[in-house]
Amino acid sequence: MPVKRADKTPMPVRLPEERAHDFGEVNEGYALERAMFEAERCLRCQDPVCVEGCPVRIPISDFIHEVAAGDLVAAARILRTANPLPAICGRVCPQETQCEERCVMGGRFRPVAIGHLERFVADQERARGISTTAERTHSEKVAVIGAGPAGLVCAGELARMGYGVTVYEGLHAPGGVLRYGIPEFRLPKAILDHEIAVLQAMGVEIVCDVIVGRTLPLDRLFEMGYAAVFVGTGAGLPQFLGIPGEDLNGVMSANEFLTRVNLMKGYTFPEADTPVKIGKRVAVVGAGNTAMDAVRTALRLGAEEATIVYRRSDKEMTARVEEHEHAIQEGVVFDWLTSPIEVVGDETGWVTGLRCQKMRLGEPDASGRARPVPIPGSEHVIPVDTVIVAIGTSPNPLLVRTTKGLQTDRHGCLVANEATGLTSKPLVFAGGDAVTGTATVILAAGAGKRAAHAIAEALSPAA
Amino acid sequence: MAKILSTRQLTPITKLFVVDAPLVAEAARPGQFVILRVREGGERIPVTIADYDRAARTIAIVVQEVGVTTRLVNRLGAGDDILDVVGPLGTPVEIPAGGHVVGVGGGFGAAALLCLMRELTARGDRTTSLLGARTKELLILVDELRAVSTNVELCTDDGSAGHHGLVTGRLAELIAGQGPGRPDHVIAIGPEVMMRAVAEATRPERIHTLVSMDPLMIDGTGMCGGCRVIVGGESKFACVDGPCFDAHQVDFTVAMRRGKAYAAEEKLAAERLAAAGGR
Ligand SMILES: Cc1cc2nc3c(=O)[nH]c(=O)nc-3n(C[C@H](O)[C@H](O)[C@H](O)COP(=O)(O)OP(=O)(O)OC[C@H]3O[C@@H](n4cnc5c(N)ncnc54)[C@H](O)[C@@H]3O)c2cc1C
Ligand SMILES: Cc1cc2nc3c(=O)[nH]c(=O)nc-3n(C[C@H](O)[C@H](O)[C@H](O)COP(=O)(O)OP(=O)(O)OC[C@H]3O[C@@H](n4cnc5c(N)ncnc54)[C@H](O)[C@@H]3O)c2cc1C
Ligand code: SF4
Ligand code: SF4
Ligand code: FES
Repeated sequence: MPVKRADKTPMPVRLPEERAHDFGEVNEGYALERAMFEAERCLRCQDPVCVEGCPVRIPISDFIHEVAAGDLVAAARILRTANPLPAICGRVCPQETQCEERCVMGGRFRPVAIGHLERFVADQERARGISTTAERTHSEKVAVIGAGPAGLVCAGELARMGYGVTVYEGLHAPGGVLRYGIPEFRLPKAILDHEIAVLQAMGVEIVCDVIVGRTLPLDRLFEMGYAAVFVGTGAGLPQFLGIPGEDLNGVMSANEFLTRVNLMKGYTFPEADTPVKIGKRVAVVGAGNTAMDAVRTALRLGAEEATIVYRRSDKEMTARVEEHEHAIQEGVVFDWLTSPIEVVGDETGWVTGLRCQKMRLGEPDASGRARPVPIPGSEHVIPVDTVIVAIGTSPNPLLVRTTKGLQTDRHGCLVANEATGLTSKPLVFAGGDAVTGTATVILAAGAGKRAAHAIAEALSPAA
Repeated sequence: MAKILSTRQLTPITKLFVVDAPLVAEAARPGQFVILRVREGGERIPVTIADYDRAARTIAIVVQEVGVTTRLVNRLGAGDDILDVVGPLGTPVEIPAGGHVVGVGGGFGAAALLCLMRELTARGDRTTSLLGARTKELLILVDELRAVSTNVELCTDDGSAGHHGLVTGRLAELIAGQGPGRPDHVIAIGPEVMMRAVAEATRPERIHTLVSMDPLMIDGTGMCGGCRVIVGGESKFACVDGPCFDAHQVDFTVAMRRGKAYAAEEKLAAERLAAAGGR
């Protein structure tokens, strides 16, 4: 029977003073009792509106019901029917704007901790060791470009449906942003490795070090015998501020910083060969998930002070609420309503400060968010020796530039049918950030899954 | 993973590798590069494709030891695997046909001229490979370049081979009409100081000049922005927009400064490797 309790069962976390200096996971995860205790809060609504908030429509009340009853095998099975990456999404979904935002408990009380429960079920499933196999029932094979969540999920679904699948990844390791962007303390790489091992066990072939458009033209894939292609190349091209001084030593994109740390394991330098430099005082420009990851990583690498510089306020911030809270606990400084206008350096060409201007919020702009307006005479220099730019990324034009017939919109995003992922090119489908611009893991996963079914339909139409 | 088929020590610190890399060989064009990695936890380093043989499905690269990773590469021999080789990366060189092209190569840069000169000569351009080194023993691939260029000009600092002096001295003479004569296009590949000097030599004459920039890189696909080079006042990503740029537009001062950003860490890593029994 559901039990009305106002508050979410808290997620056990490691103490800020302890965790802020290493890369161990911050959230420790529910134990069984806590999970069952939290699961009891779900009202099992007749019309579970929470599901509408989930991009992949997980039957939320059903799986939570199984948790409450202590049947974790059944819970995992239900989760997997809708989401191939539950351990990852349970950790990184912005639940507060998706499933949990809709939860009816959220009206008077706090919503059910759907994300925490999803993570719990998936972690238990992994601990039991899932044995997934897939039988090859179709002769056709499909090529997937990019091993981020969109590509991996698409590949997994196709393998499950009995198709041969090869994933081509440009970097030396699969995972996309899950590998090079999101840090270990939020998403342990072991979880990603596990998901990839599951795919490989199902017969998905992953070939790294192949950049489609450079190593192999996209059209060559058809000549090689692939019947269809899925493009899941993400949105990895970093934007810069375009202000003076951005070429100084000590200024880098969040992608560079996080790639050095996560993909290249720079946090273990000189154990690993790729160095990562972090100063005493670090400014991170931006307030999305990437900015939060960068600023918290900077602290973990030994920065004495790490500051978020953002031209709007915390209301307009796009980061997950949990990351913001964790960042505050760990001692990150927030300079809201502050806009950088110049990076200042010394005679050796290294950064010494970030010249900024205070802003106030004016009328809403095209995105509906209040437009920041400079306050005259508010210029000041924040003394820093490292500046990390995390103001967004856009789709990498490489594949489009080298492929005929792939249409993009004015932001460089691939044009694709929303329901099927079909692009302007026959038998080429796309999904994830490459289509939407930077979005979320679950949206990318959902797009990969929809495209897999559309591909299956295109290759072997139901009679 | 790519297998090394054969190697040749060119100088005490420079080694040529022929590597089995079918897909790279098939797609490679002059001016492009690969990124390689030699061990788990290893760095990704960019290396120019010196030559490719589509029929044999191989590429040739020449690696000059400067730090940890290049040293680790050069310890490998025939039969060994290179852990990761990805490419071809970068935009191929574009030079209008029909002119006299002078390719200036310093250090490993001479290697990068190989496939370029072959292609230009084959399409009917007049080509001159202008190679420089401190001393005769450090000149590399002279015979190979002779076979694919119309002319080869050698320069050594100590006069032990060819012209006595820097490549830029000889380049000035060519511009003045001596030897093979004034170039219509110049492409310089080598140390940044050399490339800058070449840019300065051709600037007053307004001779179309390209340089192959070698900033620090990580992914090589436009994802990190670490390879930013200022060209004509604009920030360009060398791994996708380059690595070849108009020499007269490149800001070498910024490029050289950015190249030294990790000098302290590189030194530390080199000392560590040496302590672990490296050279
Ligand atoms: C630092 C950071 C933190 C984030 N935090 C969150 C979060 O907490 N929650 C959340 O939901 N979302 C978060 N996101 C967003 C989320 O990670 C992305 O929306 C998601 O990863 C997109 O998935 P994708 O598969 O479309 O692309 P990606 O994950 O970008 O993967 C694309 C893959 O394709 C490869 N590739 C690209 N071009 C080629 C080519 N031509 N040939 C071969 N391979 C190619 C790339 O190397 C990459 O591996 C974050 C993003 C970043 C950068
Ligand atoms: C497009 C491109 C093509 C290249 N082609 C070749 C090639 O064909 N053969 C070859 O031997 N090298 C080439 N390089 C340079 C090569 O990538 C570097 O020498 C290598 O990354 C150094 O790594 P390391 O660990 O051995 O040295 P590190 O320890 O990283 O550095 C040692 C010293 O080398 C300098 N250095 C580091 N990285 C570079 C770099 N990218 N360019 C110049 N100096 C650097 C450092 O400032 C330092 O003084 C190329 C670079 C680029 C960008
Ligand atoms: S996948 Fe994300 S949105 Fe869907 S239920 Fe899980 S946490 Fe919520
Ligand atoms: S809306 Fe909330 S209470 Fe209702 S089923 Fe969904 S999670 Fe449970
Ligand atoms: S090397 Fe990362 S963008 Fe060029």
